[in-house]
Amino acid sequence: MTIKQLSVFLENKSGRLNEVLDILGKADIRIIAATVADTSEYGILRLITSDTARAYQVLKEHCVSAQQNDVIALTCDSMAGVFAAQLSAFAQEGLSIEYMYCFSIRDKAFLILRTSGSARIDEVAHKYGLHIITEKELQQL
Amino acid sequence: MDNHYFQPEIETMRRADLEALQIKRLKESIRIARQSPFYKARLGESGITPDSIRTLDDLRKIPFTTKNDLRTHYPFGLVAAPMDQVVRLHSSSGTTGNPTVICHSQHDLDQWANRVARCLYMVGLRDKDVFQNTSGYGMFTGGLGFQYGAEKLGALTVPAAAGNTIRQIKFIRDFGTTAIHAIPSYVFRLYEVMKEMGIDPRTDTRLTTLIIGAEPHTNAQRRKIEEALGVRAYNCFGMSEMSGPGVAFECPEQNGLHLWEDCYILEIIDPETLEPVPDGEIGEMVLTTLDRDAMPLLRYRTRDLTRILPGDCPCGRTHRRIDRLKGRSDDMFIVKGVNIFPMQIEKILMQFKELGANYLITIDTFNNNDEVLVEVELSDLFTDDYSQLQGLTREITRQLKDEILLTPKIKLVDKGALPQSSGKAVRVKDLRKNK
Repeated sequence: MTIKQLSVFLENKSGRLNEVLDILGKADIRIIAATVADTSEYGILRLITSDTARAYQVLKEHCVSAQQNDVIALTCDSMAGVFAAQLSAFAQEGLSIEYMYCFSIRDKAFLILRTSGSARIDEVAHKYGLHIITEKELQQL
Repeated sequence: MDNHYFQPEIETMRRADLEALQIKRLKESIRIARQSPFYKARLGESGITPDSIRTLDDLRKIPFTTKNDLRTHYPFGLVAAPMDQVVRLHSSSGTTGNPTVICHSQHDLDQWANRVARCLYMVGLRDKDVFQNTSGYGMFTGGLGFQYGAEKLGALTVPAAAGNTIRQIKFIRDFGTTAIHAIPSYVFRLYEVMKEMGIDPRTDTRLTTLIIGAEPHTNAQRRKIEEALGVRAYNCFGMSEMSGPGVAFECPEQNGLHLWEDCYILEIIDPETLEPVPDGEIGEMVLTTLDRDAMPLLRYRTRDLTRILPGDCPCGRTHRRIDRLKGRSDDMFIVKGVNIFPMQIEKILMQFKELGANYLITIDTFNNNDEVLVEVELSDLFTDDYSQLQGLTREITRQLKDEILLTPKIKLVDKGALPQSSGKAVRVKDLRKNK
């Protein structure tokens, strides 16, 4: 099971990130998780929001290049060693992780990741006891 | 007699005969031109008479004529015929100073109509056709130029003129229009309105042929028009200084425009050095009229960029072909000794579906080195994958390097970040101190 992530093209100029976040804020869209990756020429902002489809529309109306795409969200206990245990499942199955970002709330950790094995994720999760969470669950955090 | 040609003896004339005809007519054009105040002085200074021309290469002794010459000798300084033989004039808008005026004798108008008829016949129109012209009539040559040409051909010619799309569509349906002349953007408008009205141009009209020109368009846009309307669409070239439409036109091969060399001498020059460029290379088109009485123009710098397509055309016509226009020579810039035209860059960028229509070229000096920066907007097909974005940048760079022979820097920007492509958008910014 995958969830929707919003990827946004960011020109490398001062204030651009702020502009994009401002557009979403004014549209009453809440940001649950965010990460920015950058190169010397541009960046990609990746977001989990309270309403990805609407966030995409709003950005499009403001001529911001963006894309909705599928990622996997896992949750686990925020304890020493658990993170490694979670990822070892991917390693054992030979699935690569293209990128990942995490956050934790109290004693729970949340992992958003993109893997080459999205299609097999339910099977892998079952086999290794990973806890996949839905978009709805994430949005209720 | 082969029925592919309107004037087979001229259209398929052997090159040697065609060139002999050009020399003969060039001498006559010089003789006539010298009767105008402008050329009397200009050719007098350089000592050019009909006898100066022995071979076609001798043409290069003649000084160029420019749009500015037409403006400064406004309105009748280049008229060579007695004014009582002048029966019509056309004029450009003159947004930047005096307009340019072109005067025609009855002979000039007849020959012009003949050229246009030749073009229309070439793309398959005959006297049974119904030709609807959506050009503006009046001073703009696309109106009367096509009107007289289509009438000469014998087609039923509908001077619908510009605008009123609903009425255009009514005419198309009621009169059984088979051919339309329109600018490409208006064709798309016609199509959209037909769709709204529930009319399928492929089944509900008799349209077979579209003549499109006057507005830059790509081959992909042409294919789109052909697909949408179920027609064949042909590119045409004309300019008011060369009378109007009918200077060069595509044949059914749709690969380059035959320029009528019995009526014009074609040269392609480097706009900087003013020397001829080899066939196949882009340069500024220079035209000399060969069959105009009232107002011949010798070596007129069109400012339009194109190239000669080398080789013979399978259609059998011997008149050489020019490529679709590549922009204006005023837009050319030189970096590290290489002439670069924005259209060369545009052509490459437009092939990437990941990119939008707008781009901006900036030339600047860094560490005494001139560099070209190309900023281009992304289309909606943005990808989340870095390696794809980097691969895209690399591929654009590689293809541009092949085309312009130096390595530009590519910067991807957001949609809407650059000036719009419509109208006279600035495409090139040259920030160098010593150009």
